[in-house]
Amino acid sequence: MRRIKGWKAAAAGLVALSLVAAACGGDDEESSGGSAAPAGECETTTPVKLQLQWFTQAQFAGYYAAIDQGFYAAQCLDVAIVEGGVDIVPQQQLADGAVDFALSWVPKALASREAGANIVNIAQIFQRSGTLQVSFKDKGIASPADFAGKKIGNWGFGNEFEIFAALTKAGLDPAADVELVQQQFDMAALLAGDIDAAEAMTYNEYAQVLEAVNPDTGALYTPEDFNVVSYEAEGVGMLQDAIWASGERLADEAYRATAVKFVAASIQGWAFCRDNVQACADIVVSKGSKLGASHQLWQMNEVNKLIWPSKGGAGMIDAAAWDRTAKLSQETKNLEGSTVLTKTPDAEAYTNDIVTEAMALLQSLGVNVIGSSYKPITVELKEGGA
Amino acid sequence: MTATVTTPQRTSALQRRLRRVVLFVVSLLLVAVVWEVYKAIGPADGGKIFGWKLLPRSNDNAMPHVWEMLSRYADPELRGSSRAIWRVVLAGAWFSFRLALVGFFIGTVLGLLLAILMARFKVAERGILPYLVVSQTVPLIALAPLVVSWGGKLEIFGWEWPRWLSASVLGGFLAFFPVAVGGLRGLTSPPAASVELMNSYAASWTQTLFKLRFPSAVPFIVPALKLAASSAVIGVVVAEISTGLKGGIGRLIIEYAREATSDPAKVFTAVFGAALLGLTMSGFVTLADIYMMRNRPKEATT
Repeated sequence: MRRIKGWKAAAAGLVALSLVAAACGGDDEESSGGSAAPAGECETTTPVKLQLQWFTQAQFAGYYAAIDQGFYAAQCLDVAIVEGGVDIVPQQQLADGAVDFALSWVPKALASREAGANIVNIAQIFQRSGTLQVSFKDKGIASPADFAGKKIGNWGFGNEFEIFAALTKAGLDPAADVELVQQQFDMAALLAGDIDAAEAMTYNEYAQVLEAVNPDTGALYTPEDFNVVSYEAEGVGMLQDAIWASGERLADEAYRATAVKFVAASIQGWAFCRDNVQACADIVVSKGSKLGASHQLWQMNEVNKLIWPSKGGAGMIDAAAWDRTAKLSQETKNLEGSTVLTKTPDAEAYTNDIVTEAMALLQSLGVNVIGSSYKPITVELKEGGA
Repeated sequence: MTATVTTPQRTSALQRRLRRVVLFVVSLLLVAVVWEVYKAIGPADGGKIFGWKLLPRSNDNAMPHVWEMLSRYADPELRGSSRAIWRVVLAGAWFSFRLALVGFFIGTVLGLLLAILMARFKVAERGILPYLVVSQTVPLIALAPLVVSWGGKLEIFGWEWPRWLSASVLGGFLAFFPVAVGGLRGLTSPPAASVELMNSYAASWTQTLFKLRFPSAVPFIVPALKLAASSAVIGVVVAEISTGLKGGIGRLIIEYAREATSDPAKVFTAVFGAALLGLTMSGFVTLADIYMMRNRPKEATT
């Protein structure tokens, strides 16, 4: 009998402990509801879930600012921001109906659309590509033509097509003329000399190398130590962060109206970040980002450069840039000989209707959506981005 | 008289435990010493053996000094932040521990139910067991986004599926397997003579299960639970990395890994946190083991 009591008691203990553990599980979504909402003006608030590509960082500052400044609440939206992860594919979460809107780079989202996901680009937030290829000066890599015979780092997972497009444009064969190396998400391989040139985003990885100490001088690396190839400047930039909506649900008037309000308040958030760089970086830090303060400010500033000035107004999808992205996605072959897209994306893959309505809404609020007088600030990076 | 007999036994048990603790600490120190010795004599930029690049780099970026890693714990996580890294890591480990515990619970219940089902019906064993094996070959990172996505849509009577539960479910997914297999083995372990004795008492199957099969399954289930405990931790940590769940040790590992370019020592603080988590979890099961086995003759455990 005593034996039986033993395992019974142990089982009961396990149950009790698990229940305790379950009861105190944390809440992981950032929500705009509550204090920020001007109570009384909204009859009902619409809950909205936005899926990010990655963790909280200044790359998404506009959305956090819109929550913090009550721009969503003013539109009667209760926006919850869902962070991404290593294996979370935002456009997939959107297509599955787990979220209402998702951020994604255009080529990847178009590939999902071609595979059957009915998703529509409703606002092209980043007007320019922020992808770079960074190398030490002594490697002599000043343009894609210099990639020949070099070890070229890339992230894979569909983030590498600008590299292939640049190689193809420079008349190089990606399979034979360069050695392509899968790269980690830090820049250690570049600093250690494992690769000659590393793929980097202006707003993140490039800052990481500038935050590292040069063992030869004991001081931080400086931009003078590196050659930087910008894919945007090389004419092979592909459109990046855009807001995607469910094509199916856009037929529904209520969802469409929500989309207009969401896009408007988001752009308002980005405009706020353009004019209040430091405040926005602070908002992101307060939302639990683990990146250091100077790194965050750098990122905020670089992201602003990708958005502002925005010729046709922030969020407007520029047909020329769209067509270039679609064309490169069809023509650029990767190592396996496949392209991102097999055919031209259909006309329904993007719409400027929603962002146009959002602009009208913002104009009535007096928000400057062009930012023609935008000037970036100068950010001094500290060691480790601290 | 009895006192004089038991006292030396008790001290020897105490000594044994003490020795294990000391050995554990010594082995930790040994790892640290090996690390530092390799760092001192190993090639700074890696080395080749017969043309194969086998020797890892020993420079400060690839292998930070042990004291470098340990001293990180005292540093604030971010400039201007009052929270030291050790507190952040502990908080993360505690968060993941609770998730792993839920996962462990899910896995144990599911595993035991499956084991009972398979022990009861031979057909079930033949039908289910192959699928159990197949289930463990599905890569967790492929499953994680799916579970998050399914969970995101679930709503039962207004109770919304919290995101952390997806991580626990994935922990449970890894944890149930050893319990199911070990449980089945244990439940079918009583010798035919014992089962026949129960039959001769006209004991029902349930009575046999609780009075004979479960008690004799304990020596099989306990090691299975130990495996399940560490599997639950792995499942939760991988799920956190995979789905970016905030608050846990898995998320800390990638967040600190991003800073590896300029601060390679920082990520190790989180890695050690994950190791601590695994140790705590299996220590927890060991305690349960000692408790359940306290009245058992020693032979039964071997």
